[in-house]
Amino acid sequence: MSLLFEATPDGAGRYLDWIVSGLGWTLSLALGAWTIALVVGTLIGVARTLPNGILPRFGRVYVETFRNIPLLVQMFFWYFVLPELLPVRVGMAIKQMDPPWGSFVPALICLGLFTAARIAEQVRAGVQALPRGQIQAASALGFGWAGMYRMILLPQAFRIILPTLTNEFMTIFKNTSVALTIGLVELTATAREINENTFRTFEAFGVVTIVYLVIALIAWQIMYRIERAVQLPALAGGGARP
Amino acid sequence: MMVDVSAIAAAMPYLLEGLWFTVQITLVGVTGGIVFGSLLAVARLSKNPMVSALATAYVNLMRSIPLILVIFWVFFLVPWAIGWLTQSGRPIAVGASLTIFVTFVLFEAAYYAEIVRAGFRSISPGQYSACEALGLSKFHAYIYILFPQAIRNVLPILLTQTIVLFQDTSLVYVISATDLLGAATKVAQRDGRLVEMYLTVGVIYFVLCYAASQFVKQLQGRLAHGAR
Repeated sequence: MSLLFEATPDGAGRYLDWIVSGLGWTLSLALGAWTIALVVGTLIGVARTLPNGILPRFGRVYVETFRNIPLLVQMFFWYFVLPELLPVRVGMAIKQMDPPWGSFVPALICLGLFTAARIAEQVRAGVQALPRGQIQAASALGFGWAGMYRMILLPQAFRIILPTLTNEFMTIFKNTSVALTIGLVELTATAREINENTFRTFEAFGVVTIVYLVIALIAWQIMYRIERAVQLPALAGGGARP
Repeated sequence: MMVDVSAIAAAMPYLLEGLWFTVQITLVGVTGGIVFGSLLAVARLSKNPMVSALATAYVNLMRSIPLILVIFWVFFLVPWAIGWLTQSGRPIAVGASLTIFVTFVLFEAAYYAEIVRAGFRSISPGQYSACEALGLSKFHAYIYILFPQAIRNVLPILLTQTIVLFQDTSLVYVISATDLLGAATKVAQRDGRLVEMYLTVGVIYFVLCYAASQFVKQLQGRLAHGAR
């Protein structure tokens, strides 16, 4: 592991600095995309559980589209294809964004909207797992649709789906590595760059593998604590009981 | 900008060649992944603490790191491993396809292992006791009694994972392999037709995966109906 403390060829620092910078981009991308995914995913998931109208259909089209196209192809869509389809001036402005923002922003949108489709499915499953009586009781108490979801249905649904959300939270960290294909130097790309500079393959990839393992462990711990903190006695064990 | 349909038509034979490689990776990944994954699942249930700890560690390691990182690892390690096996003392260059097949078997096995393990846990404990009472050997008990029931119980999840695997094959792009996306990229860069090529592969992936996921949904309904 002495590799970490050796000077980089540009003379600006040590390889450790590259790893820290790569880790920083991985974390920023994962947390930023996670925020987008939670907001969009909840909205789409709620839309899919509405009784009728255009919204459930729109929700289904969204989920099927984003789930049935590989993440990498979606990445290329946001990075290569979209700027060409937009008006010339807008497209040029996107393409001329300074690095690393030119790859970070498309990667952020791509990963956020991709994960949103997966979260939407979980939110839908969580809401549909609640007994019908919850909706009826809420209506009887005079709740409108918005209040019913915000105060009655979603707080219970999120508790039910927390374990699967934990999985999704760990998946988004791993999926950030796909952003290296559009030029973002995140953690995996850092390993590749160090390897190309030093030919010390085992050390370069070994360090990065350990960093991913540690992230997974920490992410799991965080979610476990949240799970414990928000647990309701009546719902402990995961399912609703009469 | 205008989309040039003739460019898509001209590239189609090459894209289909790429799609064939994508299908090959999927088939090898599913077959090898389920076989190796089932062995891992059985190992995790083993009473020998060494065996179950090793299998658990392998599954957790693979599930914690990105597939792209595993592709790089295997890409660098396989030449060393083959050099060591043949005792030539130096790494031996191997084709990209072998690297890719090995990667997908090793990686997907961890995910299939978890699914098969869930299948084993869904079987009632009486089945295990009954196998022992009948005097079946461990091997025969798994092959004839336990495994078929476990697989049946998790068939929809296994198939859904296979659709995910099919989509994941696109990541072989990072070692410049010519799968469906790789073929599209090569044409796109040669002819300057990024928009046409990437939209076309997007549509191809969507049609195949959507059809497959609808099939899984129907099967799920039929299995649930049969179980009642």
